[in-house]
Amino acid sequence: MTTLVNTPVPTAAPTVRTLVRPGILPAPGARLWVAACPVSHLVPGRGVAVLLPAGAQAALFLLPTGMIYAVDNLDPYAGAAVISRGLTGDRSGEPTVASPLHKQVFSLRTGAALDDPEVSLPTYAVRVQHGEVRIGLPLP
Amino acid sequence: MSTTPENSAATCTRTVVVVGHGMVGHRFVEALRSRDTESTWKVVVLSEEAEAAYDRVGLSSYVGAWDRSALALAGNTYGGDALVDLRLGTRADRVDRDARTVTTSAGDVVAYDALVLATGSHPFVPPVPGHDSAGCFVYRTLDDLDGIRTAAEAAIERAHAEGREANGLVVGGGLLGLEAANALRLLGLTPHVVEFAPRLMPLQVDDGGGAVLEGLISSLGVQVHTGAGTSSIAAQDDDRLAVELSDGTALLTDLVVFSAGVRPSDAVARTAGLAVGERGGVVTDLACRTSDENVWAVGEVAAVEGRSYGLVAPGYTMAEVVADRLLGGEATFPGADLSTKLKLLGVDVASFGDAMATTPGALEIVHTDATKGTYAKVVVSDDARTLLGGILVGDASAYTTLKAYVGREVPGDPGALVSPAGAELGADALPDDAVICSCNNVTKGSICGAIAEGACDLAAIKGCTTAGTTCGGCLPTVKRLLVDSGVELSKALCEHFEQSRAELFEIVASTGIRTFSGLLARYGTGTGCEICKPTVASILASTSSDHVLDGEQAALQDSNDHFLANIQKNGTYSVVPRMPGGEVTAEQLITIGQVAQDFGLYVKVTGGQRIDLFGARVEQLPAIWQRLVDVGMESGQAYGKSLRTVKSCVGSSWCRYGVQDSVGMAVDLEHRYRGLRSPHKIKFGVSGCARECAEARGKDVGVIATDKGWNLYVCGNGGQTPAHARLLASDLDDETLVRYIDRFLMFYVRTADRLQRTAPWLDALEGGLEHLRAVVCEDSLGIADDLEAAMARHVEGYEDEWKAVLDDPVKLSRFVSFVNAPEEADPTVAFDETGPRKVPVLLGLPTVRENV
Repeated sequence: MTTLVNTPVPTAAPTVRTLVRPGILPAPGARLWVAACPVSHLVPGRGVAVLLPAGAQAALFLLPTGMIYAVDNLDPYAGAAVISRGLTGDRSGEPTVASPLHKQVFSLRTGAALDDPEVSLPTYAVRVQHGEVRIGLPLP
Repeated sequence: MSTTPENSAATCTRTVVVVGHGMVGHRFVEALRSRDTESTWKVVVLSEEAEAAYDRVGLSSYVGAWDRSALALAGNTYGGDALVDLRLGTRADRVDRDARTVTTSAGDVVAYDALVLATGSHPFVPPVPGHDSAGCFVYRTLDDLDGIRTAAEAAIERAHAEGREANGLVVGGGLLGLEAANALRLLGLTPHVVEFAPRLMPLQVDDGGGAVLEGLISSLGVQVHTGAGTSSIAAQDDDRLAVELSDGTALLTDLVVFSAGVRPSDAVARTAGLAVGERGGVVTDLACRTSDENVWAVGEVAAVEGRSYGLVAPGYTMAEVVADRLLGGEATFPGADLSTKLKLLGVDVASFGDAMATTPGALEIVHTDATKGTYAKVVVSDDARTLLGGILVGDASAYTTLKAYVGREVPGDPGALVSPAGAELGADALPDDAVICSCNNVTKGSICGAIAEGACDLAAIKGCTTAGTTCGGCLPTVKRLLVDSGVELSKALCEHFEQSRAELFEIVASTGIRTFSGLLARYGTGTGCEICKPTVASILASTSSDHVLDGEQAALQDSNDHFLANIQKNGTYSVVPRMPGGEVTAEQLITIGQVAQDFGLYVKVTGGQRIDLFGARVEQLPAIWQRLVDVGMESGQAYGKSLRTVKSCVGSSWCRYGVQDSVGMAVDLEHRYRGLRSPHKIKFGVSGCARECAEARGKDVGVIATDKGWNLYVCGNGGQTPAHARLLASDLDDETLVRYIDRFLMFYVRTADRLQRTAPWLDALEGGLEHLRAVVCEDSLGIADDLEAAMARHVEGYEDEWKAVLDDPVKLSRFVSFVNAPEEADPTVAFDETGPRKVPVLLGLPTVRENV
């Protein structure tokens, strides 16, 4: 005699290896590459702040799609360095980050404020070498 | 023997005797027979009238047609139903409650298992001298109308012979009195109406409405005498009646009809020793059960918890209640809406809600048009926002709409409801220059302008007006403007989910999906955004006790929840430890002071009776919290859409006025609901007496002590649109109070929109406060057990979010300023301490650099 049992629904999502790719390729020319952190340190969907030379700072994001982006950390609306703490997502497929202060949404690809053609965030080139994320700055 | 199995006498074990076969008695028999599918009850109906149940409400339509069958109620003889024994022309003379028998006027003794009294009422005849003269009638039965007809026809013949007009006098200017006057008019008599009160229809309309009504009725040839009683009636030699009124008027009339109210026909009940009310009527509980558990009363003879109802609809409800009870149900009489709308002599009269403005502080707004003969009054609450009731005379076309708004907030100026211009209800009557989005200073005019130019969803309005792009608190209002403009609104949360928050909540609860990516893969599109991520994070947190920074959830939290602190304008955070009910120990207070000193934090006491420490940098938060946790403090969730504070007054332990221990209750409630994630923040207040020092009625949940326990108020909000909390239940004991709050909170958490606080949630809730009360206090949806169980799981699984972070090196590692320089203070953070208080200094807008 057999007993019928409901098949349990698998609860743990299968582990997916994310192929990380820099979202913004550097323009031609020599660069200063600043070490940020190991890729493994990044939480998909969230950002971290990276200290750059001369007091500048970048907001570095790893998205669940595997893309890495870096934009300036300074919120141009608020005048505070908070962009790295914003929520990421997409708007009609365009990867975005929203300021945690007043929720203005910026494209991670271009840095443009999506509801305000006048404003945009500077973007930085990104590359991954030996599992380390680096942010590219033009040579002084 | 019956041929159908359900009528088989074999299954029939009990007998119910129904005394009275009016509209309500008949309704009871119908209700019982249609529900009693097992045929467990045999029914014996005793009807004093020879006529089976007829439409007494439509009695006046008998005049002219004189066709009794036209008024017969459908199915009133129960033809073919072997289980109903209808005995017409048979009174119940005596009830023997011990033997459980009824002795009928035919001499039969009928045994009963249940006895239902549906004897109705009889007209009240004032004991004036001569009230029993020939030519005096009442207006209640078909037989009464036949008598009036005969007398009227004789009077007309006599009057014509004498070359004068025949007239009739009606004593009583209420609803039925005016119907009787109309009947006399139709019979060819000139009617006079005498009303003791200063106006006609004193129960339904006020003085102003009565004046307009009197004008309309008089113009139809009815002589109205208000503010006068009938002093005496004397038969004259010529068969006429000489009537003297208390104001000295003397009238000669051909006949008199008494229509001065009714009295419950409770004689049988009195003789049987059943409890009766002060003003008559058989007293019953809400189950319509009398003081004898086998005897029930329905309709006009019943005084449900001492209150009689003279309308047929409540009687029908009572009939249904008793039918349900006899079959083992638990139905109770829910009270009755006494609103009325009728046409009397062709004149519209309507009265609804608190028509007489008896609510304390109620305001009346009146519009009278003497030329058109209309009177319209609305009664609104003391803040002129909620419609309480009203009266319409002459034109009652607005009755249905207005009645629907009773107990609800009126959009715009309530005066517009009765103004001749007639601003239509439902259209938001706010002026164009009213600011809807105060964050971005967007007016109603600009929003409506955007809608007119084609913006047809929230995103489009946000895009072209910026309304709702900041705190989002105005979005429900924007939504309403869209709906009012005729735009069909999508309930989609955002472009990634077509579902509303409430739908996503149900999906999470029923599928057990515990990840954003899982939910997105099955029910959404794209990768999410700043709207759906925190919403889903909140739903996941409401439905489990996982830490908000566990696993994938960490990526969903807004900055506040991600760093478990409140972000301030310069990107630093404020820290608020929980102080339940406003209580704090000296040691904790000292530690707070030392922490503030050591980290240079600006200190301010909050409105919720706790202390806020401003200006902490991300990397300082763990060190600050370690010291707070060490003295037994925990997260105050000031950063979360969750329970914030339970404010309390000092209560009966210290205060000479306090009647309950408000601090004790506040602390218990705060401990119970701390950490509960919800669609928006939730605040409580607990006051120890009616002086209300805790300002509980401005809170989502307000608890106010009474001599007998606690009154529970809900859905009060401060914010952009302040709202006083509304009374949900009174005089609750501690246990019931907590149970009701459990249910209320979980019902809100389940069903509210994203960022919708309790007041607008209640506004949008179909059925409003009554529905909420039914769900919370009467479990009308049958979900109370679920709601309580969900809350029990929350209480069981609660842990302090900050302590959990301090114990977890992975979570702790995120609290750094820079990923490549964890200890380095953010160079952009600066403060100005030269003024009276420490304030953050913002950077100027950065110069825009070329992309590199």
